[in-house]
Amino acid sequence: MLRLVAFLSGVIFALGLGLGGMTQPHKVIAFLDLAGRWDPSLAFVMAGAIAVYLPAYRLMKRRGRPLLAPTLELPTRTELDAPLLAGAALFGIGWGLSGFCPGPALVSLTTLAVPALVFGAAMLAGMGLHTLVQRRGAR
Amino acid sequence: MLDIASPPEFTPLASTLGGMMIGAAAALLLAFNGRIAGISGIVGGLLGGAPRSDRSWRAMFVAGLLGGGLLLGWWWPAAFGPAPDAWLRLVAGGLCVGLGTRLGSGCTSGHGVCGISRLSPRSLAATATFMACGFLTVFVVDHLLG
Repeated sequence: MLRLVAFLSGVIFALGLGLGGMTQPHKVIAFLDLAGRWDPSLAFVMAGAIAVYLPAYRLMKRRGRPLLAPTLELPTRTELDAPLLAGAALFGIGWGLSGFCPGPALVSLTTLAVPALVFGAAMLAGMGLHTLVQRRGAR
Repeated sequence: MLDIASPPEFTPLASTLGGMMIGAAAALLLAFNGRIAGISGIVGGLLGGAPRSDRSWRAMFVAGLLGGGLLLGWWWPAAFGPAPDAWLRLVAGGLCVGLGTRLGSGCTSGHGVCGISRLSPRSLAATATFMACGFLTVFVVDHLLG
């Protein structure tokens, strides 16, 4: 059942990304292009998502327990450290270069278009690199 | 320099509805599974880090994303717009997005939607940072260099 919900959530998430315009890298870049032909559409994606998620989060937080799993697994860290800010900066640079962020990149893999495949491979390599470096550090 | 034949149209209605679907999908995962719908975290956990027992729901979520992608391609192929065709932008962009989202513990979904809704100071700072760096990168690459 947990797996079915995860699958359905993934499907709805992908359809929302598509409808919202997130799977159009040039549109994403136009959103980031304040000095050019700025397209503010993607701010509406974020606002729409928060408008639904924020009350749902409040409700679940008050309830304290999810419907199928034993606990709500929420992030607990609060410190603004260097990895957080450096990672976010690196992500922003990559997002501006390509117009892809992780969700739309995965959804776009299904088109088998060359730019999506190239970006997807590089993104997964970047994520794998992080895992490798972390394992080295832990040893 | 990006060669955009026709500039993207402003789509406030479709984008708001798409955003609401994203919010609903994330709310579903929180309400039933008690999990945050952060794509980079879910995928990163599959690539290592997450214990074995914690992998099947992640794999199913990613399968759902791919299934949704196939549905989009079938119902509404125009949802997939053109991407930059310069390999340097795609390869360097992919490496930065992959490494950066793991190092920074999240992306547009985990920080930008879920984290902001939780009023998490880390997510607010991360979102401000990646937005600012995205704006700056496009300005430098497409206006100063382009």
